[in-house]
Amino acid sequence: MDEQDSQRHMSVTQWDMQSPASSWRAFLALVRRDLRLATAQGAGGLQVVVFFAVVVTLIPFGLGPDLPLLQAIAPGLLWVALILASLLTFDRLFQADFEDGSLDGLVCGPLSLEGIVLAKACAHWLTNAAPLIAATPVLALLLNMDMGVLGFLILTFLVGTPGLTLIGALGAGLSVGVRRAGILIALLVMPLYVPVLIFAIGAIEQARRTLDAGGGLDLLEPNALFLTAASLVAGLVGVIAAAAGLRLHISG
Amino acid sequence: MFALANPHRFLSYSRVLTPWAGGLAAVLLLVGLVWGLAFAPPDYQMGDTVRIMFVHVPSAWMAMAAYTFMASASLASFIWRHSLADIAARAAAPLGLGFNFLALVTGALWGQPMWGTFWVWDARLTSFLVLFFFYIGYIALWEAIEDPHKAGRAAAILAIVGFINVPIVKFSVDWWNTLHQPASLIKMGAPAIHWTILTPLLIMVAAYTALFVALVLMRMRTEIFIRQIHRLQISTALDTEAPALG
Amino acid sequence: MGEFFHMGGYGAFVWPAYLLSAGVLAFMTATTLRAYNRHKRLLHHMEDGGPEN
Repeated sequence: MDEQDSQRHMSVTQWDMQSPASSWRAFLALVRRDLRLATAQGAGGLQVVVFFAVVVTLIPFGLGPDLPLLQAIAPGLLWVALILASLLTFDRLFQADFEDGSLDGLVCGPLSLEGIVLAKACAHWLTNAAPLIAATPVLALLLNMDMGVLGFLILTFLVGTPGLTLIGALGAGLSVGVRRAGILIALLVMPLYVPVLIFAIGAIEQARRTLDAGGGLDLLEPNALFLTAASLVAGLVGVIAAAAGLRLHISG
Repeated sequence: MFALANPHRFLSYSRVLTPWAGGLAAVLLLVGLVWGLAFAPPDYQMGDTVRIMFVHVPSAWMAMAAYTFMASASLASFIWRHSLADIAARAAAPLGLGFNFLALVTGALWGQPMWGTFWVWDARLTSFLVLFFFYIGYIALWEAIEDPHKAGRAAAILAIVGFINVPIVKFSVDWWNTLHQPASLIKMGAPAIHWTILTPLLIMVAAYTALFVALVLMRMRTEIFIRQIHRLQISTALDTEAPALG
Repeated sequence: MGEFFHMGGYGAFVWPAYLLSAGVLAFMTATTLRAYNRHKRLLHHMEDGGPEN
């Protein structure tokens, strides 16, 4: 714990010395600092992956070991499990920095609050969403998923998860300072997740149908385009709203 | 004092308006109920279940209207930072949640005889379910943040984001529906409603709206009272401490 | 009268819908009124019967 604290403050002081540096370097510095803090914390990212695997493992016990059925529902199941796993971590996104005052320090630096949100969301994506996506092929094997569909599923993860992370940042930014905000954040972000989930599943279904018909993948098919648009809109709105939320909590 | 001016004017206006809105709601509810239950003829297709429409459609309408009201007040609060707008948004949320709950349950009670199942994942019902969760989240955010000023700002941001989200959800759910279901559902709210059904329906919609207005005004007044009580408590606490400090 | 409650065989759906609507509307009205009266009285008490709003 002491080591972590010193890392926090060390990075804040580094920050001050760097202040003339360009915003891009400041952005990268913040991402690197958050990654370092996450690795110092140890198994945080791993816990999320374990939860993801646990959810996916429980489903066959609930539905029966019917491989064709599991294969049919695998994309939706993996998407929902990924969403559940990602919901676990958003309450910690800004909380520690808010409580020990490093967020105030960051605000005084060269980055705008929007930039801070984006940098912290990037680090969060790399330490939480990326391990989940990496673990997906193994879990897909358990569900007897078709390889072509799996590839497309991972593609939708890559497109959709940045949007989901920034919506999570929105929930975290609005509720920063609230104790035990986990369930509150889940409630706040759930209605915002719906479009991304729908278009992702739609895109996968469409891809499955084309693959079954022997066709190639069409990345410009409407579902895929809507997924991209939904993720972009969610990300944009998420950054702006998360920064606005943090601003009101910081400015006191 | 300037900040207080507007709430004071609101208090005097709303004191006159509230009983009128409440009285209007009571009269319209009575007329609409008697007309809808006793005089409106059963529909040739839906039979007597059409009467559920007289309580279902107004609550669905109010669930959306209350949300629009909330989002507009939130936008006003965000732009002009006026506490009265925060108070209005906060006052509307639990009412909207209540109407949304009614819309879902009466919709299910209508769906069972019509579709043979209490729930279908059609676009309209699903959008309302999502809106229902949004209301709960919005109220939970208000409750979770102690400082009413900050809570108001955070809730305003959420309401605006949610309002942007409503058409996206509606579109995505429509899309999802055409993807997964053959379009064999009975279309609700068909344009060809006979006037014998439409008149009591509109009366009930007006009654629910008047009730909402009366209750929102009352809840806003209550919230202003609460804040005045809070201020008085703080000032008396300061008064009693001041001599000891001096 | 029995026919009225029977609702052409749909009484089991029509009446719960109306009763529930009445219940929720009554609940919203009652809680709103109670909170209003309580805080109004409290405020008057604190202001020692000061100017009425």
